[in-house]
Amino acid sequence: MATQILMPALSPTMTEGKLARWLKNVGDDVRAGDVIAEIETDKATMEVEAVDEGKLARILVEEGTEGVAVNTPIAELSNGADTSAPAARPAHPVAAVPAPVAQPVSIAQPMTAEDKDWGPTAPITVREALRDALAAELRRDPDVFLLGEEVAQYQGAYKISQGLLEEFGPKRIIDTPITEHGFAGMAVGAALNGLKPIVEFMTFNFSMQAMDQIINSAAKTLYMSGGQMGCPIVFRGPNGAASRVGAQHSQCFASWFAHIPGLKVLAPWSSADAKGLLRAAIRDPNPVVFLENEILYGQSFDCPTDEDFILPIGKAKIERTGTHVTIVAFSVMVGVAMQAAALLAEQGIEAEVVNLRSLRPLDTDTVVASVKKTNRLVTVEEGWPYAGIGAEVAMRVIEHAFDWLDAPPVRVNGADVPLPYAANLEKLALPQSAWVVDAVKKIV
Amino acid sequence: MAQAAETRKRGKTKQPAIDRDQLLQAYRMMLLIRRFEEKAGQLYGMGLIGGFCHLYIGQEAVVVGLQAASQPGDQIITSYRDHGHMLATGMDARGVMAELTGRAGGYSRGKGGSMHMFSKEKNFFGGHGIVGAQVSLGNGLAFSNWYRGNDHVSLTFFGEGASNQGQVYESFNLAALLKLPTVFVIENNRYGMGTSVERASASHDLSKNGSPWGIPGLQVDGMDVLAVREAGEQAMAWCRAAKGPFLLEVQTYRYRGHSMSDPARYRTREEVQAMRSQHDCIDNARHRLETMGVEDAAFKAIDDEVKAIIQDAADFAQTSPQPDESELFTDILLEG
Ligand SMILES: Cc1ncc(C[n+]2csc(CCOP(=O)(O)OP(=O)(O)O)c2C)c(N)n1
Ligand SMILES: [Mg+2]
Repeated sequence: MATQILMPALSPTMTEGKLARWLKNVGDDVRAGDVIAEIETDKATMEVEAVDEGKLARILVEEGTEGVAVNTPIAELSNGADTSAPAARPAHPVAAVPAPVAQPVSIAQPMTAEDKDWGPTAPITVREALRDALAAELRRDPDVFLLGEEVAQYQGAYKISQGLLEEFGPKRIIDTPITEHGFAGMAVGAALNGLKPIVEFMTFNFSMQAMDQIINSAAKTLYMSGGQMGCPIVFRGPNGAASRVGAQHSQCFASWFAHIPGLKVLAPWSSADAKGLLRAAIRDPNPVVFLENEILYGQSFDCPTDEDFILPIGKAKIERTGTHVTIVAFSVMVGVAMQAAALLAEQGIEAEVVNLRSLRPLDTDTVVASVKKTNRLVTVEEGWPYAGIGAEVAMRVIEHAFDWLDAPPVRVNGADVPLPYAANLEKLALPQSAWVVDAVKKIV
Repeated sequence: MAQAAETRKRGKTKQPAIDRDQLLQAYRMMLLIRRFEEKAGQLYGMGLIGGFCHLYIGQEAVVVGLQAASQPGDQIITSYRDHGHMLATGMDARGVMAELTGRAGGYSRGKGGSMHMFSKEKNFFGGHGIVGAQVSLGNGLAFSNWYRGNDHVSLTFFGEGASNQGQVYESFNLAALLKLPTVFVIENNRYGMGTSVERASASHDLSKNGSPWGIPGLQVDGMDVLAVREAGEQAMAWCRAAKGPFLLEVQTYRYRGHSMSDPARYRTREEVQAMRSQHDCIDNARHRLETMGVEDAAFKAIDDEVKAIIQDAADFAQTSPQPDESELFTDILLEG
């Protein structure tokens, strides 16, 4: 029985090539791995190795032939020969496809099904809320661990991990060297093998060192493995401008991460958001990017005291109801929007403030329902406007509620510049409540 | 190595006359940096400087010694702990201080701040806030020298904390592969924020970190400005002889917190005190100068001169106006 040797593709983009030279003659014995011919393309000269064994029975394409298309038969091997190898070896063994293991990508998570009434509340800071959420999940699941720069002995550069080393020990609260790419990759690897790392970036500015592992490894492996290999990991830390720390330390990465299929992206505002969503993020079987904000860490908000308190991922919250305009914001900008709403109320304009909480998935239903009521949309974000979250929200409203809009949507956003250091310029670059008031008055 | 050894020998024969003048100059520069940083600390406390402000106090001999070994045209690049490097390259104290206060008279016209200042004229390439990033960039400065075939070197400074970043090792390999004239200077001040070098690095002799690529390295006493200068001369001679990169681990200490807002509970007061009182680079230089016969009056004159420069810089930094609001949207792209 004869086996055909086909013109191989030696690079992903090769469609044809020149058969430059035969290195075997008709009648020669060929073993798997022998170099039998040379091929030239416009990019390189490459060797063709035999995949099968046998005797070279016929040469179908003479050497020197140009433009030989990939997959054209170029020779025939006869394998009636006296080899000890089993004759009927399939030329192209079918790869064994492993059955997907049960690693369900939960869309609806039972434990976070709906925003429910959690009963009594008490004021705590966002910092405490985050710390409590970490501690609760570390207690609940021994596979959860925290790693990052200064998280253990120093108690966290922003004191989010205060007390955790003491309670959970150095195996689960791990100080790393300043090696973001290395430790983020290590955490992703551990997550692929079933552990549940929480990676703290001292600030998200430094996550850029690790961007490749977050996007190419954490976000895509589930898909690339045909659903076999999930990556239950949380990347968290402060995002956005702090105060006067200059261009390299002040930027909002919300739209960067929200762009990526395979990630969930959360941006809490209040203490309840912080606590409830961080717990949900840690339990989620997917990579979750959790964008905190340094300015908010010290702010206090009422938060449910129920030990089991948790919030659903993907649900926005109406922080204030109103009928004249919908203001959509997230993270620290919810506070700015709330201030603006109070100022507007003094002028007789009732704004509805939607706190997105989750940027991916985005709660389109809540936003659209609000706009159908108010007929006007203003988005507020600290980051740059270009391809920003505001652009995405406005587009969704246009797609789903175009006929309800009485005015074009308006964006309020950070100035489209690297953040300046000088106090006066920095102030001009970051959205303030007066900007939101102005934006609303343009369309109401 | 022959050339490096020769340079060293020459250095020795120059003693003591030239060393005395040079040491006096180094002393002056170290003092200028220290007083500058003390003043910056004060202004920070008064709310005139915002954000992060990383002081160089304790480490002055590192940049001053290396600057003394360098030649005009060599490039310098470092991290956010950059005020000392700028003064050592001859940048004007006024412009640096005014950048710290975010004023129009600052080197970046107030737009960069403490961590981000540059001077094309002085070949100072920043001022970088992302730990480790300047190492690849410094390698690029060396590449430009190699490409142009000049004999300048790139002095690439980074902390021992930064030395663990992946791009540092990528840079070592590239520099060794292409024989780039990069002097990698690890300023080992023993801590990266609150993490001691022992807790951050499994390598105990950082000067050997380039050895897999054949990069020669030296451990240097960074509290002794002459020792730093001598090691610098050796490293730069190696680079100028087109032998490739050189690695210096300069052992130093920062007296102040990592930045202005550092609780500093990761080390004892005694440890800091011991370094200050027994190893201070400025005291060391002064003792040596005294044994060389420099008199009190000479020190007093330097003190007064430095004090005046710093006071003038501080005044300038407070009276220089804030940048014009139109500056917000300038310098984003050049005209194409
Ligand atoms: C990529 C990155 N990660 C983390 C930080 C936060 N950070 C700023 S300085 C620093 C410590 C650096 O220590 P070292 O390199 O030893 O320099 P030193 O501050 O001692 O001069 C850290 C972790 C940063 N700026 N960039
Ligand atoms: Mg250090």
